[in-house]
Amino acid sequence: MTQQILFYAFAAVLVASALAVITLKNSVHAALSLVLTFFTAAGIWILMEAEFLGLALIVVYVGAVMVLFLFVVMMLDIKPESMREGFIRFLPVGVIVAVVMLVEMLSLIGLKSLQALPLPENPAIAAGGNTAWLGKALFTQFLLPFEIAALILTVALIAAVTLTLRKRSGVRTQKPSQQVLVQRDERLRVVKMASEGPKNGDAA
Amino acid sequence: MISLNDILTLLPESFLTVAICALLLLDLFLKPAQRSVTHYLSIVALAVTGWLVLQHFGTPTAFGGMFVRDGIASILKVFVLLTSALVFVYARPYLRDRGLFVGEYYVLCLFAVLGMMLLISAGNLVMVYLGLELLALSSYALVALNRDSPLSSEAALKYFVLGALASGLLLYGMSMIYGATGSLDLVTIHKAAAEGTQRGLLLFGLVFVVVGLAFKFGAAPFHMWLPDVYQGAPTAVTAFIGSAPKLAAFGMAYRLLESGLDGVGGHWQLMLALLAVLSLAIGNIAAIMQSNLKRMLAYSTISHVGFLFLGLVNGQPEGYAAAMFYAISYALTAAVAFGLILLLSRAGFEAEEIDDYKGLGQRAPWYAFLMALTMFSLAGVPPLFGFFGKLLVLKAVAVPGTLWLAIAGAVFAIIGIYYYLRIVKVMYFDDPAEGAAAIVKPADAPMRAVISINALALLVLGVTWGPLYGWCARALGITP
Repeated sequence: MTQQILFYAFAAVLVASALAVITLKNSVHAALSLVLTFFTAAGIWILMEAEFLGLALIVVYVGAVMVLFLFVVMMLDIKPESMREGFIRFLPVGVIVAVVMLVEMLSLIGLKSLQALPLPENPAIAAGGNTAWLGKALFTQFLLPFEIAALILTVALIAAVTLTLRKRSGVRTQKPSQQVLVQRDERLRVVKMASEGPKNGDAA
Repeated sequence: MISLNDILTLLPESFLTVAICALLLLDLFLKPAQRSVTHYLSIVALAVTGWLVLQHFGTPTAFGGMFVRDGIASILKVFVLLTSALVFVYARPYLRDRGLFVGEYYVLCLFAVLGMMLLISAGNLVMVYLGLELLALSSYALVALNRDSPLSSEAALKYFVLGALASGLLLYGMSMIYGATGSLDLVTIHKAAAEGTQRGLLLFGLVFVVVGLAFKFGAAPFHMWLPDVYQGAPTAVTAFIGSAPKLAAFGMAYRLLESGLDGVGGHWQLMLALLAVLSLAIGNIAAIMQSNLKRMLAYSTISHVGFLFLGLVNGQPEGYAAAMFYAISYALTAAVAFGLILLLSRAGFEAEEIDDYKGLGQRAPWYAFLMALTMFSLAGVPPLFGFFGKLLVLKAVAVPGTLWLAIAGAVFAIIGIYYYLRIVKVMYFDDPAEGAAAIVKPADAPMRAVISINALALLVLGVTWGPLYGWCARALGITP
C-alpha cells in the first residue's frame, strides 16, 4: 500500500516536472525541472528495487550531466523568443499528428494489455543485490557489448580531438618564452618634446 | 563464461581492434611526409582481417549468442573490407591535395568498418545497437573532417541530429520488443514472435524498428539527410559512407527482420513494400533534377535502397539472396563512381558538378569510358553487374501477390536510366567548357590501376554473375 502511494506520488511529480521542462520559458528553470524529473525517476526505480540504477541516475545525470547542462545554458545567450517563432503556425499540424499518434498507440497496444503486462522476475532480487548482479552480468553475459561500449567511447574521444584540435589562422596565443625576453625599447618610446607651461590665457 | 572458442570466433574483429589501436599510436610518431605508412598499413590490416574472416575456425555463435558467424556474415564482411580498401586507395590523392591526409581519417574509417562487422554479426538487440553506433559515430566525425568547410560542418550536424533521432526511435522500438518478448536475444525473440504472445506491443516496437532502419538506410520518406550529407562531406568520406555501409545496413535488416521478427513478417513486409516504392519514386524522380553529381548519386542511392527493400519484401531466401547480391553490386559500383569523382578532382577543384564532365570523352577517353561503364551498371544496363542485381530482385518479387512491386520497380528503373545516361551524353556529346583542363591530372599509379580493375570488374562480374550469386544463395541455404 505504501509502495503504491509512493509510486503515484513520484509519478505525479515526474509528469508535472517533465511538463514543466518543455513549457517553462526560462531555460535555467527548465533545466532545473529536468533535474527534478531525474530525481523522481530515480525514486521510482528504487521503489522497483533497482537501487543501483536509481543511484547511478542521480550520480551521473543529476550530478554530472545536468550540472554541465546548466553551465552551458547559463553561458549561452539564448533568446527564448527566437526559438518560439512559428510555434502558433505549426501548432495545428503538431496537435493533429500528436492526436493521431496517441490514438494509434492506444488502439494498437490497448489500455488493458498495458495493465495486464506481466513484469519479468527481477533476477537481481534473487541474487541478493543489484550491484553484485549487475557487475556479474556485465562481465559474463554482456561482456562483449561492454567491450564494444568501451570502443565507442574511444571513437568519441578520437572524434572530439580530431574535430577540435586544429590550427586556426588569426588566433593570438601567448608565447611566454618570448614575452619575458622583451626589451624596454620594444615597448616604450621616449619622445622629446617641448614642455608645455601654462599659457597666459589659461592661467586666468 | 568465455571460452577459447569465443575468442577464436571473434578473431577477425579482435585483430582489427588491435590493429586500429596500434595504428592510432604509430600515427603519432609519423611525420606528415610519412603518412603513406598509415595508408598502406590500414590496407594491410583490412586484408589480414579479410583473410581471417574466410578461415573456418571458431563456432557459429559466440558469447552466448551475442555474436553470430554464419555464411551471410562472412560474405558481407569480406565485401565490406574489400570496398573499404578500395575507397582508401581512391581517397589518398584527394586527401593529400586538401591537407586532410591525416591518420584520423584511416582510424575513424577502420572503426566504422569494425562497427559494420559487429553489426553484420549481431545476435542480440544490444549488439545491433552498439555496432550501429560505432559505425554512426565514426561517420559523423568523418563527415566533419574538413573543419574549414561550412558545408561540411552543416552536413555533419544534420547527419548527427537526424542520426541521433533515428537511434532514439530504434532504441524505443527495441525496448518495446523487449517488453513484449522479455528478451534481447534475437533467437528468443524469433520464438516469442512466432508464438504470438503480446502481439500488439510487438507490432508497436516493430514500427519503430522499421522506421529506425529506414532512417539508417536512407529510405524515403526518411531520406532528407542523405543528399545534404553526400554533397557536404569531403568526397573521400562520401565514397566511404556511400558504399560499404549499405552492406552493413542489409546485414542489420536481415538480423532484425529475419532472425528476430520473422514471426510478424506479414506486417513488416507491407511497411517495407511502401518504403521501397516511395524510395524508388522519390529517388529516381528527384535525381533527374540535380546538377551536382554527388547529390545526384545521393538520390540514386535512395532509389537503390528501394530496390534492396524490394528483395526483402517477400521474406523468402531467394529474395534475401537477391538483395544481398544487389547490395554487393551497389557497393562495388558506388566505390568506382565516387572514386572517379575523386580521380578527376584536383587541388582547389571539385569535379562534382555535372557540367565539369563536359567533353570528358575527348579530354580523358579512358576515364570517360570507365565512368560510362559505371553509369551503365548503376542504371542496370546488361550485361553489367548492376543489371543482374536488378534482375534477381525483380525476379524475387515477381510472384503472385507482389507483382505490382515488380512492375513499379521496372518502371522506376527505366525512369532512372535517363539521368545516368545524361552523364554519358555530357561526357561524349558536349564540347568541353572554356578553360576546362585539357587533360586530367596524372593520378597516382596505384589508384589508376585499381580503379580500372574495379570498373572492369563490373563488366566481368556482370558476365559471370553466377558464382557470386551462388555463394549468396548457398549462405542463405538455397540449394541450386
